[in-house]
Order: sequence, then C-alpha cells, then structure tokens
Amino acid sequence: MAVTHTDPATKPSKAQPKATPKKSAAGSALGADLGLSSDDLLEMYRLVALSRAVDERMWVLNRAGRIPFVISGQGHEGAQVGITWALEKGKDWIAPFYRSIATCLTFGMSPRDIMTAQYATASDPSSGGRQMPGHYGSHEHNLVSVSSPVATQLLHAVGLALAAKIRKTGQVALTVMGEGSSNQGDVHEGLNFAAIHKLPFIFVVENNGYAISVPLARQVAGSSVAHRAAGYDIPGVTVDGTDVLACYAAARDAVGRARAGDGPSLIEAKVTRLTAHSSDDQQTKYRSEEELAAEKANDPVPKFRAQLADAGILTDEAEERIKASIVADVDDATDYAESQPDPQPSTAMKWVFAEDWPSEAPPPWGLGE
Amino acid sequence: MALKTFIEAVREGLREEMVRDESVIVLGEDVGKKGGVFLATDGLWTEFGDDRVIDTPLSESQIVGTSIGAAIGGLRPVAEIQFADFIHPAFNQLVSEAARLRYRSNNGYSAPMVVRAPYGGGVHGALYHSQSVEAFYTHVPGLKVVVPSTPYDAKGLLRSSIRDDDPVLFFEHKKMYRSVRGDVPEGEYTVPLGKAQVTHPGTQVTVIAYGLMAHYALEAADRVAEENISVEVVDLRTLRPLDKETVLDSVRKTGKCLIVYEDNRFGGYGAEVAAIIAEEAFDYLDGPVTRIAGPDVPGVPYNHVLEEWFMVNPEKIADGIRKLAAY
Ligand SMILES: Cc1ncc(C[n+]2csc(CCOP(=O)(O)OP(=O)(O)O)c2C)c(N)n1
Ligand SMILES: [Mg+2]
Repeated sequence: MAVTHTDPATKPSKAQPKATPKKSAAGSALGADLGLSSDDLLEMYRLVALSRAVDERMWVLNRAGRIPFVISGQGHEGAQVGITWALEKGKDWIAPFYRSIATCLTFGMSPRDIMTAQYATASDPSSGGRQMPGHYGSHEHNLVSVSSPVATQLLHAVGLALAAKIRKTGQVALTVMGEGSSNQGDVHEGLNFAAIHKLPFIFVVENNGYAISVPLARQVAGSSVAHRAAGYDIPGVTVDGTDVLACYAAARDAVGRARAGDGPSLIEAKVTRLTAHSSDDQQTKYRSEEELAAEKANDPVPKFRAQLADAGILTDEAEERIKASIVADVDDATDYAESQPDPQPSTAMKWVFAEDWPSEAPPPWGLGE
Repeated sequence: MALKTFIEAVREGLREEMVRDESVIVLGEDVGKKGGVFLATDGLWTEFGDDRVIDTPLSESQIVGTSIGAAIGGLRPVAEIQFADFIHPAFNQLVSEAARLRYRSNNGYSAPMVVRAPYGGGVHGALYHSQSVEAFYTHVPGLKVVVPSTPYDAKGLLRSSIRDDDPVLFFEHKKMYRSVRGDVPEGEYTVPLGKAQVTHPGTQVTVIAYGLMAHYALEAADRVAEENISVEVVDLRTLRPLDKETVLDSVRKTGKCLIVYEDNRFGGYGAEVAAIIAEEAFDYLDGPVTRIAGPDVPGVPYNHVLEEWFMVNPEKIADGIRKLAAY
C-alpha cells in the first residue's frame, strides 16, 4: 500500500548517495519485517518532522500576534504518521480530531491547507475560515470535517464503515480522539454498533494522559481505554505512541482485520502532550516542571530521527535535504496564508443548505456590500 | 386514486424510494422483522434484506450519527426514531453535526438523510409518548423540518425529503397513522419541500397549522362557517424552510391570523410565525396575531381528563377564531 505515500518531490534522486541500511541484530533492515522500505521510512520521518515544524510555526505566529489561537499536535505526531500510513490514501476514510495535523498531512493535506486554517482565510479548504483552527477536513482527501463537541466523529466513521460494507467498496474507516473524549456516550454507542455488524472500523485513542487539566486517573476508570474493547468483543491494544513503527504495525493489523471482514479494532497509543492544551491554557498550573521536563524524553521526533539514523537510513545528507524541504514548505505555507484574503460577509449565508431559500433572509444589516 | 391511510402512504413512499434508489437504507429500532412499532416499515425487511433494513441497537445518537457517516459514504439513510420523545439523546448529532456539516465545511460535506419520528398527543401516551419536538429543530439553520398532514402529502413529501441533499426531520403525527385516510395516486409524484398549501380558502381570518392541527383547523373552519365567519386555512407542510409567501399572502388578504400548534405555547414554532407576520404584514393587520397552543406544562398528562384538557381540539380553535373575528 505504502507506494501511494511516496512523494516524488522528496524521494532521493538517483544523483544522491543511496543510504545503505544497517542490518538489525536479527539480520534484516529496519522496517523490512513490516514491509517498509527505507524510502517509506524517510517519507514517514519527513511527515513527522514536517508536522512538528508546521506546529512550531503556529506557536511563533500566535506569539507574534498573527493568529489568535493554536491547538497543537506536538507529541502526537509519531502515532499519527505511523497509524495513518497503514491506511490507503484516497480510498479509506479518517474522521480526525483537533490534534490531527500529522494525520491530515499524511493523508494528503498540504502545509498550506493547515496554515490557511490557522489564518481562517477564504481559501482554507477545511472550512473557508468558518471554523476555529484545528477543525480540519477535506473531502478531496477523505478527511471528515472536524467539529468541536468531542467524540461525535466516532459515529460518522462507523457510518462510513457501514456504507463501505453495504456498498462493498473495501474501504476502512478510522477515527481518532483523546482519552478524555473516549468517555462520551457516543463512543459506547458506536463501538457497540460497529462490533455487532463487524464493520471495517478502527478506533484510535491518542492517550496523552490529560484532558485539558484532568489526568488519566480521573478520566478513565482502570486507566486503560484498550481494556474496554473486551466489552465489545473486539481486539484492543496499547502501543507506545512515540514508536512510529509500533504504531504502524498495530494499525496494519487492524486494517488487515477490517479488510478481511473481521470487524473493528481499538488502538490506544500512549503519547505525550508537549504543549499546553491550547494557546489559551497554562499547563504549569496543573503539571509540575519535573513532569514536563521528563516528558521531553518521550518526544517522538528525536526518537524516530535517532532510530532511523542508527539504522543507517537517515544519513546526514538525507536529513539536510529533508530539513531544507520542510523549512521551504513551512515558509511557503506561512507566506501563502498571510497573503490570502478573508472570507466576505457576502458569502456568509452560503451553504446553510445546498440551495438558497428566499425565506432564509440575511439580517437587517445585509451582507456587507 | 386509491384511499390510503397515512401510515400506508409513508410505507409506500419508503418502499418506492428504496426500489428507485438502491442507496436508500432504513435503520432504527425494531424496523426490521417487526416492521417498526407502528408498522411504518412493515414488509421492507422481507423485500430488501438485512443490508438495507437495519435493526439498530437501542441507541438514538448512534442511529443519527451513523446515518450522517453513511450519508457521507454515499448512502441515503432514512432513520426511524421510535418516538419523537426519544430523539433527545440524538440532539447533539442532529444539531452539532447534521445541521452544521455543510456550513462548517464550506460545502465540502453534506448529510443527505431523513430522520422520521412519530410525534404528538391525544393517544394516551402521556409525557413521554406524546411530545411535539419540532421547535427544537426548526430553530436550527441547516435542518429541514417537514410535518405532513395528509397521506398524499406524506408520500410526496417523504419522497422529496429522501431525494433532498440536506438532512430532513420528518415528523408524523401518530394519531393520524390510522385515523386519517386520503387519496393517494398510483405512480410517482412528489410534493416539493418549502411549500405551504391553502387547504380552505376564506376571507376573514387566516388559520395557520400543520400536522394533526391542520385537520382540526379545517373542522374549526367548518364550525365557524355556520356563524358566517370565513376562514382561510394554511397547512404549512414544511416548517423550515418556511413558505413565507403563502403565509403572508393569506394574512395580507384576511388581516387576521391565528396560529395553531399542539406543542406547548411558550417559544413554540408558532411564535416565530407570529413574529414574521408582525414584522412583515403589520400594515395589513386588523387584530392581534394570536395563538392556540398546548398549555405550558412539561408534558401531556396520562389521565384522559387531563389529556383532553391539554390537547388543542377543533372547538378550542373555533373559540380562538371567534375571538379574533370579533376584532
Ligand atoms: C462535548 C465537549 N465537552 C467539552 C469540550 C471542551 N474540551 C475540548 S478538548 C477537551 C479535553 C479533551 O481531552 P482528550 O480527549 O484527552 O484529548 P486531548 O485534548 O488531551 O488530546 C475538552 C474538555 C468539548 N470540546 N466537547
Ligand atoms: Mg488527552
């Protein structure tokens, strides 16, 4: 499947020295047991690092007063790229959540798409500037539009899986949310239905230990979301969400089951939230300095980089090349978003319905013409 | 033409749309083998099978939420909520998701789906099997709300609702299921959404109603006709988008308007209609825009004396007309 993910623009060209992957102790190259080539791994690394760079730029722009709000995916990128890589781009479905920057980039959205959402420009493909940043979505890339009430999207992914099963399209539908959100009733209703009908559905929980300020122990009885899978008689696994390849492996298994008609799976990826909940949150009020410092050791970006470098896959040249492409992409996305016009009130009554209704009238102050 | 009950018309509309378009599926509680608690989907499971007629678990948010997802995935789900009273667990999916999906994605996504629900009192259903819930949803831009009153309209409007590209709430008064009969033509026809109908022409007082109340309004019009009061009855049929034209044309002609709804009065759907008339037909009014609506108690009581007290009926409407005509 992974062929569809390889972006020709960043593929090592013939002129460049090819890395010679070191064999592992077992004698095989890193990722080989998972069917991942070194080009795949480099592209996965690029996506992890690109997501981080886009995210970091968002915070810079927020502090500079250019964008009013940031909600971040920092710490979640490894799990997102690893898991999304197991799906087929342009075929399968994802109903993401507000931290899903790396998920969206892996599934086909561009840094420009992400950045125009931060600026709420007319050209923002997620919502045309109608939604807060973080509410991504793209029909073109099979990413369902994100809303704010948490966990509602689970049922949409289950419905997509139902449609896929009835229409025999072979598609898989995945949804993802945080562990706090997993307490919503819709999660139970959806898992129960998906399991009854053995739908091609995957439920991913990115467990970062907090729901804003409330820690896992006060959110999840027993502290394991994965254990809940047993209640639906579906497989539930916990993976180290900072281990990109472990996440890929878990998702690949789940996709395999889904495509084979064996029903849904639950994957709980243990990740870390490297930033405050959002730019409006002060996390030192409820997390100690020691804890925050210790969390840095669980940063998936340096971990994946070191893993690929140790395996001889990420050479210095490759890293330089990827870094340069990322800087260029993030700069381009920022410049582009900065240049894009705001949506105009003349469009604000559009798309309440498919068609305009004369009785759905604009306010007395008109549409700003 | 054949005389059909209201529920037969609903069932036929569903069936014929399922035959016409294989992306149409039906899902809800007990809609399969049993054919629904009111038998609206009777026979569909036998004809269309497990994939297209789905007995869901008892989980309303799931029924609506998976319908949204299935609609995104290319199906045309027709969900049944067993009683409108039990649609509240799905409120979030309807209001936050179905209604807002197209707008929030700037037309990137939409949820073409229908949610059918039997509503209304006068059937000894008490607080939780009698509710009128339309006002919660007519308040929300992005939802279409349809309340047919005749078998003809039920079938034609259901067809249009299923073919519509936006989410439609389709409320069927359960008292009408078997008590109301009407002509339903053979062959395919549709009734457009967003179009009201003058069901009784008149000159002195406009009565605006929908659902069961559209029938009671006609009965009331007949009663006061004997007293030489000429009533024009407008059956709204679609509550949102509202056919303002037909409403305002009638009120501008008669100069007096009574709005009838079964739901409790305060903040009910008729309040919005009254406000529109006050704003847009003020110069034509010869009396106050008035309402006959259910009492403001938290539900329809069970005891038959209390239920009769609660329910709007033709005589209560006739009284409202007489008072207004006297202006
Ligand atoms: C239904 C609902 N209630 C409350 C909120 C406000 N809120 C937004 S995110 C959040 C915490 C979510 O925590 P978690 O699911 O663990 O995800 P995380 O943010 O940690 O990734 C809350 C309470 C909301 N968006 N929706
Ligand atoms: Mg969390």
